[in-house]
Amino acid sequence: MTHPTLMPQTEILRTEALAKRYRRRWALHDCTLSVPEGAVVGLVGPNGAGKSTLLQLIVGLLTPTSGSVRVLGGVPDEVMRSGRVGFVAQDAPTYAGLTVAEHLGLGAGLNPHRWDAAAAAERIDRLGLPLKQRAGALSGGQRAQLALTIALAKRPDLLVLDEPVASLDPLARRAFLDETAAAATATGTAVVLSTHLVADLAHICTHVVVLAGGRVRLASAIADICSSPADLDRIVLAELAAAHTEGGPA
Amino acid sequence: MIRLALRQFRAPAWTAVAGLVALAAVLLATRPQLTAAAAAAHRACGDDTNCPALVTFVHSNSPLSTAIGLVVLVVPALVGAFWGAPLVAREFEAGTHKLVWTQSVSRTRWLAVKLAVAGTAAVVLTGLVSVLVTWWAEPLDEAAAAVYATFDQRDVVPMAYALFAFTAGMTLGLVTRRTLPAMAMALGGLLAVRIVVTQWVRPLIAAPEQTTFALDPDHTGYGSGGNILLGIPKAALQPPPPDLPDAWIRSTAIVDGAGRPLTDDVLHAACPGLDQGGGGGPAGPVPADVAQRMHDCVAKIGETYHQAVSYQPGDRYWMFQWWELGVFAALSVLLCAYAFRRLHRHGG
Repeated sequence: MTHPTLMPQTEILRTEALAKRYRRRWALHDCTLSVPEGAVVGLVGPNGAGKSTLLQLIVGLLTPTSGSVRVLGGVPDEVMRSGRVGFVAQDAPTYAGLTVAEHLGLGAGLNPHRWDAAAAAERIDRLGLPLKQRAGALSGGQRAQLALTIALAKRPDLLVLDEPVASLDPLARRAFLDETAAAATATGTAVVLSTHLVADLAHICTHVVVLAGGRVRLASAIADICSSPADLDRIVLAELAAAHTEGGPA
Repeated sequence: MIRLALRQFRAPAWTAVAGLVALAAVLLATRPQLTAAAAAAHRACGDDTNCPALVTFVHSNSPLSTAIGLVVLVVPALVGAFWGAPLVAREFEAGTHKLVWTQSVSRTRWLAVKLAVAGTAAVVLTGLVSVLVTWWAEPLDEAAAAVYATFDQRDVVPMAYALFAFTAGMTLGLVTRRTLPAMAMALGGLLAVRIVVTQWVRPLIAAPEQTTFALDPDHTGYGSGGNILLGIPKAALQPPPPDLPDAWIRSTAIVDGAGRPLTDDVLHAACPGLDQGGGGGPAGPVPADVAQRMHDCVAKIGETYHQAVSYQPGDRYWMFQWWELGVFAALSVLLCAYAFRRLHRHGG
């Protein structure tokens, strides 16, 4: 297995022996990673691999059982308060009773020092999201775009996306990933996103992390391990198959 | 953050306003009639507080006053179940806590603002309901002269119950992360704490006063009262209720000068044939000879025994109101402290 670090230049994220246990089950075990500035990291693995747990530890929604996380040089709670990290949770939760415009107002109110209202309005306009539409009446893809807009309007240095495209149709998924890649390229924002689909990784990611059974199986720059999407697919599947054969820790 | 909390609270607030307006309309429409009937009863009775016209006035308005009193009792429960329980639990269920907790505002401030907005509304709503009902029931309460009978439906304590129910619902929602169980537990919790405070805490606030009454041979009967569910006690002498307007009667007993209670042996020795009245049949006029025997019996017992009454006087009403407000407010503060601590340490 490749050594689980991503050859740091300037680190934007670092985990050291990070672990999380839910009652008697370890969801994440001995996770050591380093993410360089500007990287677009794809976190891939089967259900229950620990992807969401890792991402929620990074954004401070969960506290580690052991080990440590450093995000942008600080602890997650403080960094989140600075507004330098944008996060879109799985299924892109939004308030069903609030309109698109009210969500933008919410974002501005919750991030008074780092809110780019003009960029948010421009993005919503470009995506054609009706401002007066309640979030509950938006399609899954539109809701994901709304959540991404709130995350991007903070002008984050790190964007964390937890399976943002899992419930989207192929067109909406491609549109979301393209938007994310464009935003990351334009601002130099680092991205960590989790996904089931290796094709997504090949599409926008510069780095890959394979998680299985709560352990990091592979962490590498994509360019260092393969030259084509098909190679990446083969390598990832081989790691997952190996993890499955070994059984992995419970 | 305040704007979000206000926006989220808009629908419940409008529902509460609609309910309040409906209640106010009923109270405003029925109060003039109540005032006029009270004035007529007072004119007929003069200074006699036990006058039948006053009793009739209170009894004839009993169904309406009971229904309106029930509204005051139910509002805190509804506040706990429908405002408190979903406050945080619904965020967990919808996943929206992940949206707000990953912004620049701390989750402590997030909860504080939500609590301040909805908690203030809960207290104000219940306060307004209580003020309206207390004002509406003034003629009835004055005629009934039983302030403790409606203690939990008047003045400041309903606000304390609402605050407690709200914070209990919120805390249970935070712990269970599910709205329905939190609603059920908030209702059960409010009921349990209300019973504990009424039965065991309130009596500790001030020692009851003691007084005695001579047994009244004309109005003292013999028998037992109760119901088949809670059990019917043994038959005994039944003096009339002590004439202590607005008092909260804690206990009554027939005792001798040394404080020894009247026993069955003493009673039956003084009044042979006391149990021979039959009983169990339909109520009807007492035959004159039976009434005379009862009169003689009570007069004989009354030479040695009297009625001892333990009670809280009516002038302690406000002291009990403020104490109960304090007890429920303190419990609410403890619940909030636990909720903030849990949110800070475990993220809920």
